[in-house]
Amino acid sequence: MTTTTLPVERTEPAQPAPFVHSADFTPRYWLFAAPAVLVVGTVIVFPWLFTLYMSGHDWKIGGGPEFVGLQNFAELFRDARFIESMGHTLYFTVLAVVLPILFGTAAALVFHREFPFRGLLRTVFVMPMMATPVAVALVWTMMFHPQLGVLNYLLSLLGIGPQAWVYSPDTVIPTLILVEVWHWTPLVMLIVLGGLAGLPREPYESALIDGANDWHMFRHITLPLVWPFIMVAIVIRTIDALKAFDTIFVITQGGPGTASETLNIFLYLQAFQFYKIGYASAVVVIFFVIVIMLSLLLLYARQKSKWNA
Amino acid sequence: MSDPFLKPSRRALMRGTAAFAAAGAIGSPLVLREARAQAAFNWKRFSGTTIDVLLVKNPRSEMFQAAEKEFTELTGIKVSSEQVPEQQQRQKAVIEFASGKPSFDVSGISLHVQKRMAAKGKWFEDLNPYIKDASLTSPDFAFEDFGAGPVAYARQADGALDTLPFFVDYWMVYYNKELFDAKGVAFPKTMEEMFTAAQKLHDPAKGVAGFVSRGLKNANVPVWSCLMLGQGMEATSAAGKLQTDTPEAIWAADLYRKLNKETGPVGSVGFNWNECQTTFMQGRAAMWLDGIGFATPLEDPSKSRIVGKVGYGVTPPGPKAHHAGMFGDGIGISRGSQKKQAAWLYIQHMTNKAQQLAMLKAGAGAPARSSAYLDTATIQASKFGKQYFDCLLASAKIARAALPQIVPVTEFRDVFGVALTNMIGGSDVAAELKKATEAFAPVLAKSEQG
Repeated sequence: MTTTTLPVERTEPAQPAPFVHSADFTPRYWLFAAPAVLVVGTVIVFPWLFTLYMSGHDWKIGGGPEFVGLQNFAELFRDARFIESMGHTLYFTVLAVVLPILFGTAAALVFHREFPFRGLLRTVFVMPMMATPVAVALVWTMMFHPQLGVLNYLLSLLGIGPQAWVYSPDTVIPTLILVEVWHWTPLVMLIVLGGLAGLPREPYESALIDGANDWHMFRHITLPLVWPFIMVAIVIRTIDALKAFDTIFVITQGGPGTASETLNIFLYLQAFQFYKIGYASAVVVIFFVIVIMLSLLLLYARQKSKWNA
Repeated sequence: MSDPFLKPSRRALMRGTAAFAAAGAIGSPLVLREARAQAAFNWKRFSGTTIDVLLVKNPRSEMFQAAEKEFTELTGIKVSSEQVPEQQQRQKAVIEFASGKPSFDVSGISLHVQKRMAAKGKWFEDLNPYIKDASLTSPDFAFEDFGAGPVAYARQADGALDTLPFFVDYWMVYYNKELFDAKGVAFPKTMEEMFTAAQKLHDPAKGVAGFVSRGLKNANVPVWSCLMLGQGMEATSAAGKLQTDTPEAIWAADLYRKLNKETGPVGSVGFNWNECQTTFMQGRAAMWLDGIGFATPLEDPSKSRIVGKVGYGVTPPGPKAHHAGMFGDGIGISRGSQKKQAAWLYIQHMTNKAQQLAMLKAGAGAPARSSAYLDTATIQASKFGKQYFDCLLASAKIARAALPQIVPVTEFRDVFGVALTNMIGGSDVAAELKKATEAFAPVLAKSEQG
């Protein structure tokens, strides 16, 4: 007697169906996308297209637009103040990113360690970040006063003569950076501190067994692991520094002369003081291109810095 | 603009006093007639209307708002007013007037910045027909009481009076009497002497500057233009041509540079009026050239260290002329308003004699009405003292517009402000003015097209 063994029908556990991207443009779905399309179109796309349209026109408030093609752009690149303001923006942005990143990272490393009153001191450290920029700027303006400001008084106690601070073309941008560093270093500290809190312990234990010192552990373990968080801080700080306006405007209004006139201040003057809407729109378009290029660069760098990259 | 604004001569004062005495002596028929006319004027004809008012944030607007209740009780017209900081108010006015349908029925403007722009954009109603209309204008409004200078300043080139002037600001020299006495220096008799006096008073070792004035771009231009008036010249000619690189303009700019660079405080290149005020009222500067409207904080013991030591001097004469730079504010009815007549009642009330006198009493500024300055009781009771009022009246007699009456005033101030700042930094005066003139000339030419 032969027995026939029937093949056992094996049931595989159910697998989720692979996601297949299907572009279903059936009109019945349009209704669901409509609100988002409406908001994006009204708030982002239309203003941009309109700005682009205005940049091709000579348009002053109160008068009609006159098409001038690329003339506004050509004029901008002949405008010494515009070129100068680009230089100031670059100078300001580099310092306003690099210094808070360095100090914020150092502060995060300090506050990551256990020591008495750590919580209290950390709270005190982050307080500048909570202050309103305009209020901060007004307070610093008083402190910078060459004759009556507290900073020169403190310097006099050390035997150092009065400094001009924001009242000299040579020192105005570094002084504004001082305010930026004071204001935004805590933000970097918080971001990096968050990164440090999530680091695994095992690499450090292995390093200790291998005889690594503190510097080696920082250089080869902490820094690479926390780098993605630093990149996030760099991206946020770069965006903030590029769009810095309130602090600069309140403290110097772009002065002395044009010594601290960044692109934003230049743009504000053209649009809201001289009412040259077309010319100002051309500045916006150029600024937009710069911001997009920089953002792509930073996002690429951030992607590369990820642990699994 | 060289017409004397006020002429409170002895004869005028005597005439006023005599008229007042005579009126009292004969049973005040004039007062009775005015009272009857006043009673006949119908303030209530627009009762129930609500008007919107746009004001600049300052002490004068505070007074307007404080008087709204009284105005509503008098007319039945409700007022919805807002005070907006100066720069933002100017932007709001430009944008809303350009729309053709401003959200306000009445707006205040700075004549020294927006006058020409207002005319070109047809922002306001011409007030001349309103003033002449007896059914709309209260008999005690007395338009002739407004000084000739401020009225001429507010009047447009075509004769339209699109705003009523209610505040004028004359530039003069505040000086610290104590510092002057300590060094035995007399108040300067000429603009050149202002520099030599400043040199004598300049004492950096003691933290005292001989002179302080605005160095910040844009804000600094009136200082230079006031000095240029000493050459009998404004920044633009009567034909609207720039005179900013002439020998006279260079002379004024060089004096500006010397005063600020050689006798000014450290960092004056970034000073606006508030830094100048702080420096002066802390006793750290011997002279300050600026508007007379800053007297109030200087005599406030809670803010100032030089209360009672402040001297008020008329801007000294220059080589060719003697003028005090004049600035001012006006108030008008939006051409797009649907409540123009109610708005006119509001303007009448806010600029009446009592309001203007109250402005002077409060130290909120120099009123445009002449009658305010004839109130001797107010002058005697004022904390500012006789010298302040003498300076005010003398400045009024030699007042002249200090900024050009052109559309792009702000851009003018920006371009020449940068040049002046560069001069304090050491740049060549003539070269900076030439460069600024070349940069601004096309802007001015374009502004007059179309």
